[in-house]
Amino acid sequence: MHRQSPILRWRKFPERYRLEGNRCNRCGIVYFPKKELCECSCKEFSSFQLSGKGKILTYTEIKSSPEEFSEMTPYCVGIIELAEGPKITGQITDATVDELKVGDDVEQVFRKFLAVGDSGVIHYGVKFKKIE
Amino acid sequence: MVKKLNIGIVGFGCYIPKFRIRTEDIAVANNQNVDLIKGALLINEKTVPNKDEDSISIAVEACKNALLRAKIASSRIKAIYMGSESHPYAVKASSAIVGEVLGVGNDFTAADVEFACKAGTAAIQMIAGQVEAEMIDYGLAIGSDTSQGAPGDALEYSAAAGGAAFIIGKNKVGKEESAANILYTLSRTTDTPDFWRRNNQQYPTHMGRFTGEEAYFKHIVSTSQAMLNETGLKIEDFDHVIFHQPNGKFPLKAAKVLGVTNEQLKYGIVVHDIGNTYSGSSLLGLVNVLENALPNQKILLTSYGSGSGSDCFVIETTNLITEKQKIGKNLLNYMQNKQYVNYNQYRQMVKMIH
Ligand SMILES: [Zn+2]
Repeated sequence: MHRQSPILRWRKFPERYRLEGNRCNRCGIVYFPKKELCECSCKEFSSFQLSGKGKILTYTEIKSSPEEFSEMTPYCVGIIELAEGPKITGQITDATVDELKVGDDVEQVFRKFLAVGDSGVIHYGVKFKKIE
Repeated sequence: MVKKLNIGIVGFGCYIPKFRIRTEDIAVANNQNVDLIKGALLINEKTVPNKDEDSISIAVEACKNALLRAKIASSRIKAIYMGSESHPYAVKASSAIVGEVLGVGNDFTAADVEFACKAGTAAIQMIAGQVEAEMIDYGLAIGSDTSQGAPGDALEYSAAAGGAAFIIGKNKVGKEESAANILYTLSRTTDTPDFWRRNNQQYPTHMGRFTGEEAYFKHIVSTSQAMLNETGLKIEDFDHVIFHQPNGKFPLKAAKVLGVTNEQLKYGIVVHDIGNTYSGSSLLGLVNVLENALPNQKILLTSYGSGSGSDCFVIETTNLITEKQKIGKNLLNYMQNKQYVNYNQYRQMVKMIH
């Protein structure tokens, strides 16, 4: 239930909807998700818009998912190294597992994650798609 | 007299899903005659949304392409109107979600628009009015749908998914940024019971043959003619003509009545390999025309929405069109990057819509 809370998701819309991260004002490292303390020990950050382009580092197919995602199965999940540096876990859509390989170029797309029952909120966010 | 406007399309873009189903695969599954269906509809295949796509996700991707071409920060958009007959929520604005995704900020007005297949052109008119009146600098109008037909119904062969988005701004001398100027718009509206969908119904109801003569043709033809009469323009003055395209046959027949040549329709008809994307239908035709037109060409666009009404526009491309054509993904890219699904996969994919 935790991940279905509309309020918890709402707090993260800039990250979830458009990959907004932040960047250290001193050394320039880009973080996603946003950090409050840089590895250079600086605490001053500016928000930073990631391009959403990256490469697949590794991936897998989810056949049996948490119940709320069951209608979407099977689906692919991967670790994506974004062009700006951060590595993030995300769904890879519009492809089956045999159509993916490590090193594939991907870009972000905005998709539906799940609709909670027949009357609950619809969760959206960034997924990744192979650049073809 | 219809008022001459001083506004233009600063950015335009579209999106259609990657998946397609062939007309013959639907016909075979329904035990219907493939050649008869293909001959009647002139549709080869249609788009199928993935399970995680809906009218909002389609709108967002179209808007991203429009923003790239507009070359403005999304925060400069002060109004978003999204036309659709498949808004994912009955109550909760799709247009507000699109604004959040695009990072527009919070200083904008928004509303969802519904008028069957002409909701997108109605959204353009709403933005056009606010921009012309200088209430806002830029507005975003969207037509996006994941339309559905009941299994076995004639609509199942055409109801498709796709969307288009337009960023509209005022024309300023010395600061030209429009790819095409919107010169005129006018509409005709009647109460016609040709097609509807009641609350909580998954599929629409339509009156079969009645959707033709008294509905589509009457409105498309009379509204286009009203525009020609009001502006003094002749049909041969237009380089490109676009009509709403619920199937491949209707726009060809309307063209014949109005004296439109095949050459004028060359880029404006996109239904044959996409299907009817409802609020996106005539607007995908417009995007395709804008992606292929030369500078200083005139475009006539007439939409149709059941229930019923037509919105007509006279649009003229500018010298900036060529440069904007090189930016973003165009309809042809999306049409070529496709993957076929079979009938069972297709029913699985569309079962989650609404
Ligand atoms: Zn640092």
